[in-house]
Amino acid sequence: MQQMTSSSNAPRRDPAPSRLAYRMQRLLLTPFFRRLLWVGLPALVLSLVVGIYLSDQARRDGITLWVNDLKATVRERPEFMVKLMAIDGASPGVSDDIREVVPIDFPVSSFDLDLPRMLRDVMALDAVAKADLRVRPGGVLQISVVERIPVAIWRNDDTLDLLDDKGHRVAPLAARAERPDLPLIAGRGAERAVGEGIEIVSAAAPLAERLRGLVRVGERRWDVILEGGQTIKLPEDEPVRALEQVLALDEAQDLLARDVSDVDMRNPRRPTVRLGEVAAETLREIRVMELGAD
Amino acid sequence: MTDLYQSQRAMRAMRRAAMQRGVIAILDVGTSKIACLVLRFDGPEAFRDSDGVGSLAGQSSFRVIGAATTRSRGVRFGEVDAIQETERAIRTAVQAAQKMANVRVDHVIACLAGGAPRSYGLAGQIEVEGSTVSEQDVARVMAACDVPDFGEGREVLHAQPVNFALDHRSGMADPRGQTGHQLACDMHLLTVDGNVIANLLYCIKRCDLELAGLASSAYVSGISSLVEDEQELGAACVDMGGGATGISIFMKKHMIFADNVGLGGDQVTSDISKGLQVPLAVAERLKTVHGGVVATGMDDRDLIEIGGETGDWELDRRTVSRAELIGIMRPRVEEILEEVRARLDGAGFEHLPSQQVVLTGGASQIPGLDGLAPKILGQQVRIGRPLRVQGLPQAATGAGFASAVGLCLFAAHPQDEWWDFEIPADRYPSRSLKRAVKWFKDNW
Repeated sequence: MQQMTSSSNAPRRDPAPSRLAYRMQRLLLTPFFRRLLWVGLPALVLSLVVGIYLSDQARRDGITLWVNDLKATVRERPEFMVKLMAIDGASPGVSDDIREVVPIDFPVSSFDLDLPRMLRDVMALDAVAKADLRVRPGGVLQISVVERIPVAIWRNDDTLDLLDDKGHRVAPLAARAERPDLPLIAGRGAERAVGEGIEIVSAAAPLAERLRGLVRVGERRWDVILEGGQTIKLPEDEPVRALEQVLALDEAQDLLARDVSDVDMRNPRRPTVRLGEVAAETLREIRVMELGAD
Repeated sequence: MTDLYQSQRAMRAMRRAAMQRGVIAILDVGTSKIACLVLRFDGPEAFRDSDGVGSLAGQSSFRVIGAATTRSRGVRFGEVDAIQETERAIRTAVQAAQKMANVRVDHVIACLAGGAPRSYGLAGQIEVEGSTVSEQDVARVMAACDVPDFGEGREVLHAQPVNFALDHRSGMADPRGQTGHQLACDMHLLTVDGNVIANLLYCIKRCDLELAGLASSAYVSGISSLVEDEQELGAACVDMGGGATGISIFMKKHMIFADNVGLGGDQVTSDISKGLQVPLAVAERLKTVHGGVVATGMDDRDLIEIGGETGDWELDRRTVSRAELIGIMRPRVEEILEEVRARLDGAGFEHLPSQQVVLTGGASQIPGLDGLAPKILGQQVRIGRPLRVQGLPQAATGAGFASAVGLCLFAAHPQDEWWDFEIPADRYPSRSLKRAVKWFKDNW
């Protein structure tokens, strides 16, 4: 009995939390601290473990080796191997060029092919207008090419180039005689106005066998050069109409067959001709005769 | 008066900050228990930006997410008596409430019952500048109230403008924007002992909490226990606590008087303890389980085992009849009610249009009090219990939690006090921009 009462009279524990416990609880209820404890601490421990494990060079090398092996086994599976290259739509010369700029030792894994770079290389060829690369099922690297079609010969300082209708260089030309079917253009800035030049050439079809070529003058207008140095100077605007006007004159009065060195159409409302040296002399003599000698 | 402005305004700002963060704690430091509620402000009304009271009297903006009660220690007559003990008790309550809410609270609104509250009625009158009453006029009329000399070491707890009068029209709630010449204002000022507040502040600060508001417990029990028409028509709320009984008189939804009787349930317990020669804990159990104030013939035969652990059979096997217990309790309860009656008479309660008295607080739960109280306090007496607020646990809905619940309402929707209005321009420091603007306005 005595013991029982003494046990119940033992000093009771204070129910109040100590100041430290109270502060601790409040700290744990702070949202930031909570997140730190539940997210930050595990992350820290994890990164510490990983960091310690990776601090050894041999382990790092081992992991690198293992990863590389794994990569190699995947990329060298027969499903991913490319065995040959097929080129569509290219003439033999161009296709040789393509094979030259895309040097690949087949078989090769399709992971090792840098298709964008290869596409860039193929597109960099002058003769190629459009190219399309893809790896076809069955391990074939398919290159579809659309070639540029040359429409004119451009005479530079001392070289000849083929141009397409956009004025883009297609290929060099060794001699004019290789492509007698294409018109010759020359002069500074001629390649930027190839379209207009072609129109003029096609309009000058009646003069086809006398036409030598076109010369771009001052990067703004065309001169038509005929056999024997005869020149038709065309205006900047509507050169084709001016040329047609000259052709009509030629048809009616046989203008170009006479001794005329220049037909100046730069002002289309006032066509001007310059006579050849002999004709001019003759004309002067006739004038002198008419007026009487002084 | 300026430092009072500063501190009370700072408290209001802190309360606003706490509501922005969404969590605020309510602390009722009583003589017999300390209650802590944690409120979360996330209801649909919380961020509604409008004047006036929201739906459900502004209660739908918050809910109670944590509640804890602990036996009070170190508090006597509603005043902090032993700071260390009180601090521990507050810590216990706050920790338990935080644990239940699972959230940390930094801001607390507290109420206190003691400190010998004293009410003053203030009046002020000014001429209105311009044709309509502006914010500045309201500020000036409140500054014009002649503050009585309430003595050294006393602090203003509440200062509410209860009435505005413009010329001959009185009873206005808000005179702003109205046309008139003479603006008068009646203000109710409640002061308490500064040391009592300082002690409570010290306890709260030791618990790492920041005070976001302070209220008189008589006032907040009135808010929670009086229904709306009682507050409007005039009623007295008597909060019978453990160590002190608070009295507050409401009229037109404003508190117009508050007082405190330093008697309460603890005196009844100590009477029983002395009368029956039992420990206080046993006396408290006898009071709450078997107590009453109206004896009947049946109670003579109702013998109560007192019990005891002394080992003396004679002493441990004593019994008392319930009539004896009632005979001890009744005179003390009568004394408390008589004292309340005297305070009400002193305040001129009999001149109010309505004589409603509402008894609340833990000690109002004595069986038979509703028969005894009308004999002393008049015919219109009812036992009140606090309003229901959302999320309040069932255990905390009793009459003893009237002031805690009232504090919740006070936190959600504080009544306009003096410091919520603008400061008159001529009271600003001389370099202030507002003062310059006023000078400019006056001269051009």
